[in-house]
Amino acid sequence: MKEKIIEIISDAIIELNEELDYEELENVTPDTAIFGGESGIDSLSLVSLVVEVEGLVNDEFDANVTLADEKAMSSRNSPYRNVTAFAEFIMTKLGEEA
Amino acid sequence: METMVITGTRKGIGRYLAEYYVAKGYNVIGCSRSAADYELENYEHYELDVADEKAVGKMVRKVARDHGGIDILLNNAGIASMNHFLLTPLSTVERIFATNVFGTFNFCREVGKAMAKQRYGRIVNFATVAAPLKLEGEAAYAASKAAVANLTQLIAKELAEFNITVNAVGPTPVATDLIRGVSDDKIDDLINTQAIKRIGEYRDISNVTDFLIQKESDFITGQVIYLGGVS
Repeated sequence: MKEKIIEIISDAIIELNEELDYEELENVTPDTAIFGGESGIDSLSLVSLVVEVEGLVNDEFDANVTLADEKAMSSRNSPYRNVTAFAEFIMTKLGEEA
Repeated sequence: METMVITGTRKGIGRYLAEYYVAKGYNVIGCSRSAADYELENYEHYELDVADEKAVGKMVRKVARDHGGIDILLNNAGIASMNHFLLTPLSTVERIFATNVFGTFNFCREVGKAMAKQRYGRIVNFATVAAPLKLEGEAAYAASKAAVANLTQLIAKELAEFNITVNAVGPTPVATDLIRGVSDDKIDDLINTQAIKRIGEYRDISNVTDFLIQKESDFITGQVIYLGGVS
């Protein structure tokens, strides 16, 4: 499941980066930073990415999760800080629903 | 055909708006806590509590999937309770805020996501003249609607980059169940504070929503339009 989620996130980042054209996002790996830090995307792009991933995850797993989190905008603890953290956050949300 | 979500469509203003916009050629999706006792062509009804975050997310995702997106949201669902502040139980305040504020928040957020994806949307929330008039006896209701007005103005800024406008209409009293328990004297007193001294009609509300949802209103956001000359 985690691999599938990472694939969904990676594809969404690559699609988003067609507009952003960030060099850091050309090759997406589980360690790729998404939000916060020096190479992260801005908050508006983050919103677009999370909205896109939420839709794809709900379709893929026939789920009804909302990827909202009060630490979203935290530079240190954001669940969107990198691909792996984002995937684990989604797995937790899917687990809560099950 | 544009797709419109209207909350609180079982009766009153919500039902009027559902019928009005179906007649104007919109695809209307409504909701309320219980089933609708009417049917219309191009109208679907969902049963849910607008304060139920999960249920709202599920409904909105299904609607967006079935109809290829959502163009317009009218956050009409609302409840009121008239009482002296000193005699108002907190449970009443919680109930009013749950429907009026949390319900509006839930639908704005979930429909906002669908609109953000398509980079287009029109959201109209429902305020009230009771807030600017600081209407005695309506502390919980007016405070909840003041929150809705501020939420409207704030998220208008956050959603502007997605080409989504967020405005509110602030009706005067309209003859619906919402004011059924309010005495005629109290309603008359309220109407006398308006610049235009008459009770509101359904058409007064759809006149404003018509204006706010039209494509040409893309430079109008974060506005709360009060009826009857209240400001």
